[in-house]
Amino acid sequence: MRILNYMVQYQSHFDASFAALSDATRRGVLEQLVRSDASITQLADRFGMTLTGMKKHVSVLEQAGLVATRKVGRVRTCRLGARTLADEAAWIERYRQLWAERFNALDTIVEELKRQEKADGRDTGE
Amino acid sequence: MDATQANDPADVRDGTTTERTSDRELVITRTFNGPVHLVFKAWTTPELLMRWWVPESFGINLVGCEVDARTGGRYRFVFDVPGQPEPAAFFGRYLEVTPPKRLVWTNEETDDGSVTTVTFEEKDGKTHLVLHDLYPSKDALDAALASDSTGAFPEQFDQLDVVLASAE
Repeated sequence: MRILNYMVQYQSHFDASFAALSDATRRGVLEQLVRSDASITQLADRFGMTLTGMKKHVSVLEQAGLVATRKVGRVRTCRLGARTLADEAAWIERYRQLWAERFNALDTIVEELKRQEKADGRDTGE
Repeated sequence: MDATQANDPADVRDGTTTERTSDRELVITRTFNGPVHLVFKAWTTPELLMRWWVPESFGINLVGCEVDARTGGRYRFVFDVPGQPEPAAFFGRYLEVTPPKRLVWTNEETDDGSVTTVTFEEKDGKTHLVLHDLYPSKDALDAALASDSTGAFPEQFDQLDVVLASAE
């Protein structure tokens, strides 16, 4: 399902994303960045690549909006890009739905406890 | 995600609000039609928690629920997730349990999990609940958002692979 939303929402980015995601190393880089930000050097080490090779991969991901980079001093740090984080509103809505579903079930239990308490003559000291 | 439906005042059972109130905090509110001691009981009794904590639509099965709802006590929820060989666990520690007003617990299944604070307040026989999920940093909350929205990556990649293969 989500892949469909993905396609509808980001059609203009789609060619770039498609190309970016079709490579195993680049998928690995994204999975790594979900866990934590990393420098190009760290990513190169992790995937056993040269710095130049990793720079190329990161550049493809950056053009697709999947990764953002920032240079501080001599270190270029990579993190997930705005495109990847654009789902925040959708995430918060799913989070709300999760709690709403829980709370609807909790409503039922509260009703049940109220009835029980009434039947027990509000004797909850046990 | 029909906004008009979500805002329908007739849907009295679902008055749940959610807001990202800061770089590292999410807040949820809800009012329950019952006194606070009963709502609090439903949050701290394992047999009752098991009946509402896992939404039915998730299709996962809660197989274990250990809850020692005392300050310093621990909790552990264990789930069977379809298609995954190992059960998943959510666990942590109660930093504060003050019946029937306040619960604070840690979420320790990840290194930078949130601290959840729930407060209960009774008014006119109803209980107003406010839940705060406070992450250790902006990055931790962003990562939680990203890991969920990208959590289906392996599955998406499989699907993409299929699409790519058929496009060739």
